[in-house]
Amino acid sequence: MKSRRSNCVAVPLVLVSCLLAYASSNGAWLAAVPERDRTRTNPYANQPEAIAAGQRIFQEHCARCHGADAAGTKKRPSLRSSRVQREATDGDLHWLLANGNRAQGMPSWIKLGDPQIWQVISYVKSLH
Amino acid sequence: MSPSRLIARALLLLAMVFPSCMKLSAQEYPYFVTYSQEMEEPGNLDLESFNVSGNPKGGNSFLGSSLEFEYGLKAWWTTEFYLDGQITQNESTIFTGFRWENRFRPLSREHWINPVLYIEFEDTSADKTLREVVGHDGNDDLLVPNWLAREDKKREIELKLILGSNVKGWNISENFIAEKNLAGDPWEFGYAVGISRPLRLLASAQECAFCLEKFRAGAEMYGGLGDTNGFGTRLTSQYLGPTVNWISPRGVTISFSPQFGLNRYSIPVLFRFGVSYEIEQVIDRFRRSAK
Repeated sequence: MKSRRSNCVAVPLVLVSCLLAYASSNGAWLAAVPERDRTRTNPYANQPEAIAAGQRIFQEHCARCHGADAAGTKKRPSLRSSRVQREATDGDLHWLLANGNRAQGMPSWIKLGDPQIWQVISYVKSLH
Repeated sequence: MSPSRLIARALLLLAMVFPSCMKLSAQEYPYFVTYSQEMEEPGNLDLESFNVSGNPKGGNSFLGSSLEFEYGLKAWWTTEFYLDGQITQNESTIFTGFRWENRFRPLSREHWINPVLYIEFEDTSADKTLREVVGHDGNDDLLVPNWLAREDKKREIELKLILGSNVKGWNISENFIAEKNLAGDPWEFGYAVGISRPLRLLASAQECAFCLEKFRAGAEMYGGLGDTNGFGTRLTSQYLGPTVNWISPRGVTISFSPQFGLNRYSIPVLFRFGVSYEIEQVIDRFRRSAK
């Protein structure tokens, strides 16, 4: 009787955790971005110098997880996906890089500073 | 040569040569005593060698060295293991012990102030790495000869509240330290504060060794705050100094700081230098090489 009752609690808990894990891996972070961050504009968007600098920073810090061509690896998502290239604004990506998504293993990159974060975004957005 | 002396020499040698045999990258703050809110990236292993040299008043010059292995277990959990050693002129070269520390970041997002909780266990004796100043630590502690200081085993628990902020490219970090010797001494307290900024915030489009963004400069101040029997900055040492680091093209970060004693309990000048090297996704590398 006791084990049946504990199963009644455990099964929904596992299901909810799985759903939460799926949701967060499936870009749920986008919904968490505050409006004022989403609408921020990239001061270096489409600038060739910024794209080149962003590529250097990307290769140094991001390529190990997201792949040298940003197409993703076994564990980490592609940055060429339509979510990153079309759904997410530059402001969304800045928010993600500044805050990270620690539950998914994505650290914060705030230590790079705003200008370098924008340069990385310029590079990532140039991959569409 | 005694085994402990052999271990100490091997440790110091390893601390000096390990960066030359690997390739990698790091983005470090130039602090030697202060911890920032930054955690190690999950799966990355940071190898660091911290060294401090000084000449206490009335004593022999020394070089304290620690070799640090810092691993990112989770984005919110970093663990570090240290091996410490020291050389004292006219005395000996000895292995002084180990430390194991864990840092936890309770808040997942970036805030104006970001707290990190720190807990450390250390088992040392005759330590001269000066990784923190607490209680009534001062110049006189370093006058005790190694053969005698080694008899005094210190098994201690250390707690820190680390607060860190990033504002317009500046990093500002503050640490509050509480340390307890498990032999029953009172709680001892200390603090450390660091501030730093890259010399340029924008990255260059071209690869360059000495671009301004490869340098980070700032200042660090730290000292004791007494113990439960007498809290405050009296009868304890205090230090202040500029600090700078440089990220080399191969990813090795080299840091340097001259630090000046602010009162008569302090060692007049300390020279600190460090080398650090980060190996990304170290477990994956082992898995790949095993296949």
